[in-house]
Amino acid sequence: MKKDTQRNKAPRIPSPEQEPEERRKNFHEVSLGYTPAMAQLEASRCIQCKKPKCVMGCPVRVGIPDFIKQVSEGNFLAAARIIKESNALPAVTGRVCPQEDQCEKHCVIGIKGEPLAIGKLERFVADYERTHSEVKTIETLPSTGKKVAIIGAGPAGLAAAGDLAKLGHEVVIFEALHKPGGVLFYGIPEFRLPKEILEAELDYLKRLGIEIKVNYVIGKIKTLDELINEDGFNAIFIGTGAGLPYFLDIPGENLNGVYSANEFLTRINLMHAWEFPVFDTPIHHHKTFAVIGGGNTALDAARTALRLPTTEKVMLVYRRSRDELPARLEEIKHAEAEGIEFHYLASPTEIKGSNGWVSEIICQKMELVGTDTSGRKHPQPVKGSTFPLKTDAVIIALGSGVNPLIAKSASDLQTDSHGHIELADPDINLTSRPGVFAGGDIVTGAATVISAMGAGKKAAEGIHKYVMNYEI
Amino acid sequence: MFKIMKKIHLAPQVFQYLLHAPDIAKKALPGQFIIIRLDETGERIPITISNSDPIQGTLTIFVQAVGKTSLEMSLMHAGDFILDVVGPLGNPTQIDLFGTVVLIGGGFGIAAIHPITRALTQAGNKTIAVLGARTKELVILEKEMLNAATKVHVVTDDESYGTKGLVTDTLKMLIEKKKPIDRIIAIGPLIMMKSVADLTRPYKIPTLVSMNPIMIDGTGMCGACRVTVGGEMKFACVDGPEFDGHAVDFEGLLNRLKTYIPEEIEAREKYLNDAGEKCRLAEVSQIYG
Repeated sequence: MKKDTQRNKAPRIPSPEQEPEERRKNFHEVSLGYTPAMAQLEASRCIQCKKPKCVMGCPVRVGIPDFIKQVSEGNFLAAARIIKESNALPAVTGRVCPQEDQCEKHCVIGIKGEPLAIGKLERFVADYERTHSEVKTIETLPSTGKKVAIIGAGPAGLAAAGDLAKLGHEVVIFEALHKPGGVLFYGIPEFRLPKEILEAELDYLKRLGIEIKVNYVIGKIKTLDELINEDGFNAIFIGTGAGLPYFLDIPGENLNGVYSANEFLTRINLMHAWEFPVFDTPIHHHKTFAVIGGGNTALDAARTALRLPTTEKVMLVYRRSRDELPARLEEIKHAEAEGIEFHYLASPTEIKGSNGWVSEIICQKMELVGTDTSGRKHPQPVKGSTFPLKTDAVIIALGSGVNPLIAKSASDLQTDSHGHIELADPDINLTSRPGVFAGGDIVTGAATVISAMGAGKKAAEGIHKYVMNYEI
Repeated sequence: MFKIMKKIHLAPQVFQYLLHAPDIAKKALPGQFIIIRLDETGERIPITISNSDPIQGTLTIFVQAVGKTSLEMSLMHAGDFILDVVGPLGNPTQIDLFGTVVLIGGGFGIAAIHPITRALTQAGNKTIAVLGARTKELVILEKEMLNAATKVHVVTDDESYGTKGLVTDTLKMLIEKKKPIDRIIAIGPLIMMKSVADLTRPYKIPTLVSMNPIMIDGTGMCGACRVTVGGEMKFACVDGPEFDGHAVDFEGLLNRLKTYIPEEIEAREKYLNDAGEKCRLAEVSQIYG
């Protein structure tokens, strides 16, 4: 390609998408991804900063300028290998990372114009590699003879497992559900992360020699002690996530038609309820849904509800305004285009029902006053301003607390008052118990896929030093 | 994959299975349950562990063929495989020396009360079992209960066996004997557990009931199994399945159990239609005959 010094000033190449009218009726992926020509053109906007700030914005420190350079030169497979050195799941992170708050936020060309579409390029590279070649596994180091148990096959555990396998350790992942992937499987819907892509990424990890045991609830079937003393594991990584959904604690939450987002999404994503009765797990046929919350999970639930055959209307109720929505900007725009009805500055105070089923929610108008401890604008009720919203289903997407199963079975594991596992050495994600490391939502509370992967990678470094008796 | 080692047709609609699940069998304790999924299109259903043999590596479970999955399972045989079995889930029953414990098993609930009875007897308690069923054929595990409990009472609705009446009639009689009862554990239909709790409340006898609500993952993740206990939201899978019967909101639970009745009927009808040939087999025609 001819060198074009003005390329960085050109607008970002838009990524093709399914039309909103079409996609709101199906579960196929919304974003269709770049063609090779589009990817090369977009990559050519990168100015190859000497001190790349984008890399510092990435929790797993992908070598962004290096892989972008390869893309701009059409060396897509070389680009894939660069990404895989630091990120075992690029097809996933290219799709689900909040890039606008991470790598792309720091992109220098974004100061005057639009930042480079790093996420879309990462996704392109991973997809290209998967569809155009025998996916090459990174060479693993010779076996160390050390065994590491990973508890939970979600983003943190998978990232840790990938790195440890590359270093030559024997890695076994224990997963409670019947499918590995954690939130990537049960939480994030098909139209945002096709299962086929997740399966391919998991397949890649298995080819690194990682064993995944499903249907294993550690804390119940085995304790940490047994993993170490009986099964001979030299170290353990706990990445069990934030798995206990919060409810609103308002009247009417036990009415039929009220779901946690976890339940709703699990029925659909893990259990295929939208294909009932071909699949055995049902989801009730509702006409109207009200989703409470404003994070990615809330948007995933709302857009999933919209795609069910009997749905006529989906509302999203959020107590702050559009600017404060914690969800990815791309998902917000997608949801708006698909016709989700956003009710901002509203907070439910009661769910009302008839004959045991939801009939409406009573909301309180809110106003934003000052800032709270999280640095966000503080919502405050406007007196005497309640209003009803008619709905026959309510999905509560307010985040999740900590799953207590492991900590309950291991008394020597220190946790804080919310049940998060406390780290004795945050630099290497070591817990209060020697040889036991932890990372992801179980330590930090609910956060993003990529931050959990970052924690998994950090822990993997610590575990490597620990099992090899290197100085920590 | 988990192999069915043995299957016994115990009573109309009731089947007993021996499953090969060595890791679970090593850990299972009375009061705990497993979740099974038969195949790739299957649903996850919770089932109480009735016995575990750590040496043979087996679990004993009982299944009542009422819905699609349990019907499908009733047509499986020794040598067949179940795709997913996960457990042991839930908290085990507290086994201590309480004194006199009355254990009430309603119908299919007898399968769940049996291992608890045995453990409490072994712990030195006087155990009085009250087994209730609609009719004689549905009084399952009577012999095993006679071995496990200090004393066994049987009641049937239609007087075909034991005393005529409800388990609460026998329980009332036991309470009125004025011999101290230190604890009551009742497992069976929700309405029976509610009646037991209502009866014992004025006497302030600690009464435990075991919940089997709608459940998906069984590890606290989905919140479908939420139960209000003493005004607080609890999850049956991680906080239970046993709760203080005097504090459980039975009305709320009875309502929530109705959520999927239309879908359950649809799935069952479809299965019976599709299974066609198979369903003309003796076992299913017996169920619906």
